Amino acid sequence: MKYSRLIFANLFRKKIRLVLTVGSFAIALFLFTFLAVVRGAFSRNTELAGADRLVVINRVGLINTMPLAYGDRIRQIKGVKYVTHNNWFGGVYQDEKNFFPQFVIDPANQLKVMTELHVPDDQWKNFLADRQGAVVGRNLAKRFKWKVGDRIPLQNALYGSTKTWEFNLDGIYTNDKEGGDESQFWLQWDYFYENIPDVIKGQAGWWVLKLDSPDDAVRVGKAIDDGFANSSYETKTETESAFQAGFAKQLGNIQLLITAIGSVVFFTLLLVTGNTMAISIRERTSELAVLKAIGYSDRFVLFFVLAESLVIALIGGLLGLGLAFLAIPVVGANLNGMLPPLLLSATALGLGVLLAVFVGVASGLLPGIGAMRLRVVDALRRV
Amino acid sequence: MIRVDGRGDSTSLIKVRGLNKTYSRGGEQIQVLQGLNLDVDRGDFVAFMGPSGSGKTTLLNLLGGLDVPSAGSITVDGDEITHMSASKLTQWRARHVGFIFQMYNLIPVLTAFQNVELPLLLTKLSKSDRRKHVETALGVVGLSDRMNHYPRQLSGGQEQRVTIARAIVSDPTFLLCDEPTGDLDRKSADEIMALIDELVGKYNKTILMVTHDPQVAARAHTTLHLNKGVLVEAKALQEGVLAGGAA
Ligand SMILES: Nc1ncnc2c1ncn2[C@@H]1O[C@H](COP(=O)(O)OP(=O)(O)OP(=O)(O)O)[C@@H](O)[C@H]1O
Ligand SMILES: [Mg+2]
Repeated sequence: MKYSRLIFANLFRKKIRLVLTVGSFAIALFLFTFLAVVRGAFSRNTELAGADRLVVINRVGLINTMPLAYGDRIRQIKGVKYVTHNNWFGGVYQDEKNFFPQFVIDPANQLKVMTELHVPDDQWKNFLADRQGAVVGRNLAKRFKWKVGDRIPLQNALYGSTKTWEFNLDGIYTNDKEGGDESQFWLQWDYFYENIPDVIKGQAGWWVLKLDSPDDAVRVGKAIDDGFANSSYETKTETESAFQAGFAKQLGNIQLLITAIGSVVFFTLLLVTGNTMAISIRERTSELAVLKAIGYSDRFVLFFVLAESLVIALIGGLLGLGLAFLAIPVVGANLNGMLPPLLLSATALGLGVLLAVFVGVASGLLPGIGAMRLRVVDALRRV
Repeated sequence: MIRVDGRGDSTSLIKVRGLNKTYSRGGEQIQVLQGLNLDVDRGDFVAFMGPSGSGKTTLLNLLGGLDVPSAGSITVDGDEITHMSASKLTQWRARHVGFIFQMYNLIPVLTAFQNVELPLLLTKLSKSDRRKHVETALGVVGLSDRMNHYPRQLSGGQEQRVTIARAIVSDPTFLLCDEPTGDLDRKSADEIMALIDELVGKYNKTILMVTHDPQVAARAHTTLHLNKGVLVEAKALQEGVLAGGAA
């Protein structure tokens, strides 16, 4: 375009200012994308949750257990295909800070319900035959550099005096869904059952159900909760995504925190670039007046100012996104599975570009309208 | 023929009738132009003189379609510009007016060539045609060897010559100059005036120029004085002064 020289020449008028403005765009967009990715990681389990799965927990709270025998009654309800019971284990591997979720599972049904999780057949067979067997997610294995055949000790004081439980790593599960969970530790129900005090035997932490069809979710959920109403262990049945969302909330409202930080970054960027554009346009009042005098329209002058701020925004924005694109996999790899996997999605990148464009236009708008309204005679008289 | 009595015929290129311009400042009305008449023919070269604040710039701005009068009409080449919409007026300026201001007003980040090209970007000319026109205009002002220089690499006189090249590059109907030599030393001023003489003599341009400098004004075909909101011819003014002095 023949006007591009006019736009670009003006960009380079104050090189330091250009570098600073482009830099603030780059940093802000990098931060923004990074936050979006972390936020996505925390909400991914909710998004990836199976629509045809329900989770049954104790109405009082997740840490309260329920009679194991409930499982048989749940299985009878029409529309329920498979049921698996889980329990929280809560052991410590070497150090408290090496936290990862450990589930006591029902080996017969776990994979029937969690259809997106896969364990190689031979590994699964070994696990079934091994009372002290364990299966872990691929990420978790990577985090502690575990290999099949390793012996893993977990300390657990929840069931009597501190005791070391020994496990044999028999298998590693993977998740079909990109970015889906691969960070759990599974142990055998029987091994657990034999080693806990009698008073807590016969209890299960929660059930996960697979339904014939997602359409049955509401009806089945109601049937379960109604069935156990007024018993001493009332249940609360939710879709898996509702359950995951509730679970994520227990980590504190990370989503809100991230959104708040993101908004602050966004508004700071808007103010900084808006101010820079205003100054840069004010410096050129007489030049803009001359352009108008020689026949450039008011609308052109507005376009000209907007184009300039848009170019700054896009250069800075793309730099920031590029930086995020390069840095996020590196950061993700160094987190060693402490956070859910960090995935830079096309949506996050698209959102970043959109954001840069928005800030670019918004910050050019006020000075642009000012330049548009500028009267040539007043501007020339001012110099 | 240049006339200030409002009796010019329909062949005049620029025809101004009963032009009024009133500014209000703090509730007070300042009448700057009061029923001003002017006729200018194609190829005329007029100088406007008058004390500071007499309304010379105001008049030039009105003639150039940069401002609108409080009353009266301005007709250029048959187009009455006093009733045009703002956007129409912008297009009209691009087509018909070349501006040369006292401050050279070049864009500092563009070269001489690029500055002169600015008015042509608004036309449908091809890139190579634009180049031809710009080179011609810079040739006329004697800056063919400075095309790729930036304004800060040029002297004041050279900058003003670039402004003149920018004003003539689109071959406008007339040129308006507001104190074109006001910021220049004698030698540069003489060079600029020689150039303006050439534009009139050789290229038959129509030029209306404001100046404080009698030597500069002397180059024009006619010098008109702004006096109490109207234009008077130099000799009429002199007679008036003499008559006033005798009374
Ligand atoms: N926008 C405005 N608002 C109010 N008054 C104005 C405005 N523009 C010009 N004036 C007044 O109109 C009068 C004429 O101004 P103008 O600039 O036309 O004078 P001039 O003859 O060009 O003076 P100079 O020789 O100093 O350039 C002055 O009194 C000026 O103060
Ligand atoms: Mg003036």
